[in-house]
Amino acid sequence: MNNVFIYCELTEENTIADVSLELCSKGRKLANDLGVKLEAVVIGNVDETIAEQLKPYGVDTLHLANDKRLSPYTTMPHAAIVCELFRQENPEIALFGATSVGRDLAPRVASELRCGLTADCTSLEIGDHSETKSGKEYKNLLYQIRPAFGGNIIATIINPETRPQMATVREGVMKKETVANAGNISVKNVDVNKMVSPELFAVEIIERHIEAQKINIKNANIIVAGGYGVGTKENFKLLFDLAEVLGGEVGASRAAVDAGFVEHERQIGQTGVTVRPKLYIACGISGAVQHRAGMAESATIISINTDANAPVNQIADYVINGDIADILPKMIKYYRSNSK
Amino acid sequence: MSFRIVVMAKQVPDTRNVGKDAMKADGTVNRAALPAIFNPEDLNALEMALRIKDQIADCEVVIVTMGPPRAADIIRESTFRGADRGILITDRRFAGSDTLATSYAISMAVRKLFPVNLVIAGRQAIDGDTAQVGPQVAEKLKFPQITYAEDIVAVDEKSITIKRRLERGIEVVKTPYPAVITVHGSAPACRTRNARHLIKFKKAKTSTELQEQSLDYTNLFDKCPYLHIQEWSVDDIEADTTWLGLSGSPTKVKKIENVVFTAKESLKMNGTDEEMNHLMKTLIDAHIIG
Repeated sequence: MNNVFIYCELTEENTIADVSLELCSKGRKLANDLGVKLEAVVIGNVDETIAEQLKPYGVDTLHLANDKRLSPYTTMPHAAIVCELFRQENPEIALFGATSVGRDLAPRVASELRCGLTADCTSLEIGDHSETKSGKEYKNLLYQIRPAFGGNIIATIINPETRPQMATVREGVMKKETVANAGNISVKNVDVNKMVSPELFAVEIIERHIEAQKINIKNANIIVAGGYGVGTKENFKLLFDLAEVLGGEVGASRAAVDAGFVEHERQIGQTGVTVRPKLYIACGISGAVQHRAGMAESATIISINTDANAPVNQIADYVINGDIADILPKMIKYYRSNSK
Repeated sequence: MSFRIVVMAKQVPDTRNVGKDAMKADGTVNRAALPAIFNPEDLNALEMALRIKDQIADCEVVIVTMGPPRAADIIRESTFRGADRGILITDRRFAGSDTLATSYAISMAVRKLFPVNLVIAGRQAIDGDTAQVGPQVAEKLKFPQITYAEDIVAVDEKSITIKRRLERGIEVVKTPYPAVITVHGSAPACRTRNARHLIKFKKAKTSTELQEQSLDYTNLFDKCPYLHIQEWSVDDIEADTTWLGLSGSPTKVKKIENVVFTAKESLKMNGTDEEMNHLMKTLIDAHIIG
């Protein structure tokens, strides 16, 4: 009772999705703050061995619904199982990935249980609250912190009365961290037939083409990112050259993705991926709030821009006032002749 | 009508280009300084509905929007593009509703329009980006839901097959009616206004607008009832007020802040050969690269 629950998504290869492991890491910390247990929910066509993947992240209990009809994901059967489990277990907090699965499932569950849900949180903390009107005091609420209004403001949302306190979080926002001396994980099998009736399978999957993740900018140590200022798709080639020489990946701002310079998977920022590499080289990026929120934690930031007043310059360690067509080749040349 | 589609649409402040003047000194957004627009993905949703209407005989497209009286603009715009009529859900008692309370209100309005075959909406609105109202309306109506819809693969009187756009691929799914569909921004753009529809609906007004503008449409409404945009209150949709507004909203905003980044003492340079060589050497020496 009153524990922290994580809905864990499965990948096409039937492993636990990265975003879910990141949430388990965050969930472990929240559970420690509250002095409660961390529980995971896995729904799909997998057996108990899946628990081994969750154990290093400090999950105490796994609720496993194993049935071949439950994979691939469809909304209603998964929602029915999650709702019934939550009614039985009364979680204090329930977290979902802000993915096409989590953002489909979590609102449906929140509606059925009539509880509060905050989408795309960028930070989760435990804190107290006093209601100014009634003077009522609430202890240990989940602060659900998220950008609002197109990323121009940051709002802290709470659900004082309803449980579970639900939130979705995008991939890459939380850090994936294993715990030292992880304890045992107990597995509880869910009675699927009891919770899922045949009419919940009304939506039929005819076809699926899901590609394995090709681009993984989230885990790159070095990111060369381009903005609208790069100018053209052709000019992005310079960024790819530098990234290749340095052993990094190419990222982009929303403006560059919208302009069609690179694919959406490379987008960094509130509506893309959050990154914290060792080195971030921002090329022709002005640095709207939405973009900076996704890269401000990079250890070292270089900004190359012809606009000396670009907002990203304020958070950069090195600001180079110049044209990328001139600067990037110099960096490539020096590195080629001076690295081992 | 034998086939009815409800399109849920929202009038939103254009948050995509928020200038400095749109931020108040306390860090909150001055909504009045932003232009009110048709939520972009709701236009994709309208197009999907109109494409279904093109293929199914005797099909009616009804726009439902919730908001202040000026949101009637959304309904007029939709009729100019091919929708048959619209309902404006408007009442001060809706103020402060979060996604759950909003979904409840809209679902009650949809119930009043039953029988309904499809409810179609944009995936999310740009002022909140939550993508919650679509699935929550689906749950309140106990309809199946198809989110992230990109295109219609096939449609007839019994079922619809939809291509969904997911993070790393696509999925094709088929559902019987009734169902809720939420449409992704990658779906076909909405058709433009049609001159015939524009002439037909140009004078369409809500009762509130007539009052504000001191117009008497009594005779006109008798002759052309489609010009009367319906406004529904809490009582019209027979909603339970404890499920609405602040009392019906489990989420509360505790705090709103400006986004603040810690400014760094940055080293400024002009990109000369010496500067760049020195910078690269520094990065290599510090093992940041190499």
